[in-house]
Amino acid sequence: MKNPLDSLWGTITLGLVLTFLLFNLVRYALQ
Amino acid sequence: MEFVTLGLGRWLHIAAGVMWIGLLYYFNFVQVPALADAGKDGTAAGITKHVAPRALFYFRWAAVVTWLAGAMLLGRHFHEALFFLNPAYVPIGVGAWLGTIMIFNVWVLIWPNQQKILGLKAASDDEKARARRVAFLASRTNTMLSLPMLFFMVASGGVFRTAVF
Repeated sequence: MKNPLDSLWGTITLGLVLTFLLFNLVRYALQ
Repeated sequence: MEFVTLGLGRWLHIAAGVMWIGLLYYFNFVQVPALADAGKDGTAAGITKHVAPRALFYFRWAAVVTWLAGAMLLGRHFHEALFFLNPAYVPIGVGAWLGTIMIFNVWVLIWPNQQKILGLKAASDDEKARARRVAFLASRTNTMLSLPMLFFMVASGGVFRTAVF
């Protein structure tokens, strides 16, 4: 499988997914 | 004293952060694709000799100033944020951790390997090829981490508006 970090769009997509996951994790933790 | 830490500190943190992340984006969005093209027509030397070392200088030292100014901003709340001891400082703590991982990547993975790539440190062709891959992936990792890092820096005054620092 190709490393998503090899492409800029893969990098940005991973960054957005990580942002979404961390946002929900922190929101849940602070409830 | 508050003017120095909260006023000048916040300004310095953001100014240095703009330079750090701005140069990170320059490397990933401009220099890497430009070098791939320049390699084909033999014009890469101009970038690797004159542009990259200067960009890397401001890049790595802006990272240090950003991190130190951020630590100064957190002040007495630094450990609460970094060890998630106070719920109010959890969002900025996540941002601080992402920034800390990023500065580690800059000084431990990107800069030592760039020294080999640019010929500032002796390295064999095999070592250079490996250094190129490690530096590239570390740089891409930082670009990826910059998105949640910026979100949590901004969110601490926005959607998670809880901490005072």
